[in-house]
This record gives sequence, C-alpha cells and structure tokens, in this order.
Amino acid sequence: MKRFNITEKSINNQEVIDQVVHHNAGAISVFIGTVREMTGEKQTKFLHYEAYVPMAEKQLEKIGIEIQEKWPNAITAITHRIGTLQISDIAVSIAVSTPHRQDAFEASRYAIERIKEIVPIWKKEHYADGEEWVGNQKGTKTYPAGHPEGVKK
Amino acid sequence: MMIKILLFANLAQQAETERVSIEVKSPLSVEEVRNMLQNQIGKLSGIENALVAVNEEYVDLTDQVNDGDTVAFIPPVSGG
Repeated sequence: MKRFNITEKSINNQEVIDQVVHHNAGAISVFIGTVREMTGEKQTKFLHYEAYVPMAEKQLEKIGIEIQEKWPNAITAITHRIGTLQISDIAVSIAVSTPHRQDAFEASRYAIERIKEIVPIWKKEHYADGEEWVGNQKGTKTYPAGHPEGVKK
Repeated sequence: MMIKILLFANLAQQAETERVSIEVKSPLSVEEVRNMLQNQIGKLSGIENALVAVNEEYVDLTDQVNDGDTVAFIPPVSGG
C-alpha cells in the first residue's frame, strides 16, 4: 500500500497507521475525517468526491515532506477516498508518528489543514434539496499568484 | 502543436467534458491557454478563480505552455 494514496475503496485506518510505525516513535496521532449529515440546516444525503488522482497523490507526498521539515523524524501516511460516500463513511485517514506526542498532534492537524489548501480533490454535496460542488466556487476567494500560498514550484 | 486541457468539478460540469485538446501555433502563456479554451468551448464561469497546473505542478498565469503539455484548471479544492 502506498503511503500517500487516493482510493475508491473504503479506508481501513489500521493499514494507514501500520505505515508510520517506527521503533523511535513515541506517539502516533491519527486524524479521521468522516461524512457529516447536518451542516447547519442542510441535510446531506450522500457525498461525491472527485480528484485529479496523480497530482493529488503528489501533493499528499509534498505535505509529508513539509511535515518532515517542520517536525524532524515525523513519518506521515495519508489515504483519501473518492467516489460516492455515505454518512459516517471515512473520507480521509491521516497518521503521523513522531518521537514525542506534541509533534504528532501538531503535525496531524497541519496535514488536514494543508489538504484543504493544496490537494486537488473536490466534494459534491448531495443535499436533501439539491446538489452543490463545495469549495468556495462562487468566486469569493482568489489566488492572485495563480497557485496556493506556500506551494513551491 | 497540441495542448491537452483537463477540467474538474464545476468546470467539467459546465463544459460537459473533462478533456479538451487545443491546437496552437507557438508556445503561449497559461493565461492565453485559458482564453483560447473559452474561445473554443464557450465561457466557463469561475475559471478565473481556478488554480492552474502544468504537468501536475502548480504554475503562474504568466508561465509558458509547450507542445504536449497537460494544463489542468483546478477550482478551489474541497478535500478532507
């Protein structure tokens, strides 16, 4: 299994965790993103994720490199699911191992925030009363430089 | 020379396709590709807010596109 993976199959968290096990790790922090039913008044029936798969996997790998630069000796594994997901399904599983626990907490948080900035994956919400591509696509956020901040070319 | 274009999410939905090829005479900028694309298939609402990747790496609008390159228009992402 790849450490940075986009899959159409359901995610097995243990397989993601197994990839960051290391004899010098004192902690493994795991973040699991799941499909939420209610967003305010809106009821989600199911979700559809789409990705630019080869680039998405490369960007996940870059996040792993960024984490290693920020938190030395950290090992990261990330699997993101695409396709149709039902309520409570796992959309993303992130595991980070580090020598000490504080770094593992911080790095796993960093990974999920960074996914939402630079990884080409899109979510389509299928609500009880219609559907919508999520991702600020109404033009309220722009990228004057043409690429996300902090992305090295 | 030929340039391959990839569209995703709401851009693919509007274009009713995920792949477009455009024929050009000489290397051109990412911004010029964006204009030519819309001349060919029609206006795509929101494409000015899309990030752009050439051969799977983010680029600037002023960067050059060459023969055989793959240009992807990436609407604001929403993974996680």
